[in-house]
Amino acid sequence: MNKIFEVPLYPYAHHADQDAPAPVRRKVVVIGAGPIGLAAAIDLAQQGTEVVVLDDNDKVSFGSRAICFAKRPLEILDRLGCGQPMVDKGVQWHTGKVFFDDRQVYEFNLLPEKGHKRPAFINLQQYYFEEHLVNRVRELQEQGAPIEIRGRNKVSAIGTHPSHVTLEVDTPEGPYNLEADWLIACDGAGSPTRQMLGLDFVGRVFEDNFLIADVIMEADFPTERWFWFDPPFNKGQSALLHKQPDGVWRIDLQLGWDIDKEREKRPENVIPRLQAMLGEDVKFELEWVSIYTFQCRRMEKFRHGRVIFAGDSAHQVSPFGARGANSGLQDTDNLCWKLKLVMDGKAPESLLDSYDVERIHGADENILNSSRSTDFITPKSEISRVLRDAVLDLSEQYEFARPLVNSGRLSVPCTYDGSPLNSADALNGPERTRPGSPCPDVPLADGFLLDKLGDRFTLLTIDADAPDEIEESGIKVTRLALSIKDDKTLALQERYLGKLESGVYLIRPDQHVAARRPSFDETQFRHAIRRAIGKE
Amino acid sequence: MTETDQLILTANTERADDFYADLLAAHEGLSKDESDALNARLVLVLANHIGKRAILKQALAAAALKTGEDSA
Repeated sequence: MNKIFEVPLYPYAHHADQDAPAPVRRKVVVIGAGPIGLAAAIDLAQQGTEVVVLDDNDKVSFGSRAICFAKRPLEILDRLGCGQPMVDKGVQWHTGKVFFDDRQVYEFNLLPEKGHKRPAFINLQQYYFEEHLVNRVRELQEQGAPIEIRGRNKVSAIGTHPSHVTLEVDTPEGPYNLEADWLIACDGAGSPTRQMLGLDFVGRVFEDNFLIADVIMEADFPTERWFWFDPPFNKGQSALLHKQPDGVWRIDLQLGWDIDKEREKRPENVIPRLQAMLGEDVKFELEWVSIYTFQCRRMEKFRHGRVIFAGDSAHQVSPFGARGANSGLQDTDNLCWKLKLVMDGKAPESLLDSYDVERIHGADENILNSSRSTDFITPKSEISRVLRDAVLDLSEQYEFARPLVNSGRLSVPCTYDGSPLNSADALNGPERTRPGSPCPDVPLADGFLLDKLGDRFTLLTIDADAPDEIEESGIKVTRLALSIKDDKTLALQERYLGKLESGVYLIRPDQHVAARRPSFDETQFRHAIRRAIGKE
Repeated sequence: MTETDQLILTANTERADDFYADLLAAHEGLSKDESDALNARLVLVLANHIGKRAILKQALAAAALKTGEDSA
């Protein structure tokens, strides 16, 4: 079979920067060509900002790794011009089954809310995800966008200065020096950048090991998510079965903390476990096995002068709820438009501090949710196990107990409540679109709302008058005029107006609400724009 | 706080002696582990019936017996 993760996708190539007599200064350097680094680079390049991605490898992720991509990241990928191939390739599922001990306790259907372009989430191997991002990079390069990926370029030293960052880069042909106005570190949980700068990574809450196996099954298993608590084939632990594209199934077996990793990874130990889980007569082939260790922790702050951390390098969570790559994509979504404004001199550097405020809020929410899932899945005391088992036993007979079953809470984007970029809510419309919220999608007569938002500031008017464009502090804000008269599904009414008759929303380039009022008030919206770019 | 958000800590159990006897009877013949499990399920069933977070928080505080004023 075609193992995409074994083929170099961005092989090493000599670059003129390596021969320059003095270090060449680049606008933005991104360290790491994983999902987050590539997303950051695409976002910046789309806006015309020069960006160089350095990666110590030359291939996409080895093995499936991150496999669940939630709706919000898919919406961000749409903005980055590569959502569709991901959704086309990905697997969607709606039915989940929960098992406890040797029996199924219940089955559920996700019933996602209607009226969104994107599904609640898709399952897709990280290597496909990265491949589609690399394809998008190539497409941008063909269009002349200033973006490049340098494979087998390993950063070995970093110097920080008030106006720039210096880098020492190792290549197969020897080292060279490079400078960058800004550095974005997307080099993963073990971030060498973080270590080179001697920065903290505190708040370890939890440690565990997971055996992760990709198997190709001949059996016609249904496209469902199966989660086991305390199953006979993995006593006292948990297990998860998930479908991926190409007939590949992902199996996560929790192993606990005190184990011999090398021993557990050997096929002669893995195969009997999987056989017991899948059933004696199921034939399967083992594609990839890995042991994954995780912690729950984050950096105290993500921005350190001209070095900015995003994704796992800044925060790490347990895998329950798929909050790793999903939150990392929201980091770069939040960061890139701000960095662009600062680089263009349209916003003060302090705008970048709001990246810290907003994404630390997001990281804390993710750490809280995934820690709660972890507490449920692996009870840490006798009484927490008694309570957990009580929930599972009750869930078999009574519907009320099922919401308490926590095998991972679906990753949903956080609302930046209390952000300094928000203006006070002057509309008092629906809770879900209050300032700080990510805009929920809405079906329109000619497509979907989110496809019309993003990459710039937008003034969304619903049955309200406003100029087609206003300019404030060098920021052009264009109007998107909608009417309830065209709102056949009533989703616009329900999500943006509630009981009100009109509304005007100021929407940020990352599709978050900055301000809202019942009608257009020029003075107030000028204040709101200034506030949203860190000028008030 | 509305009146319905207030945990009742005055006598409110119908036929208190009968209820108490029912509670003991439910545990009769059970091992310690089985009794612990029954108690846990009972707490969850009752908590769901109450539902309101404010009341449940007061109930947790009252059961902890940490402060005198909660039982006043």
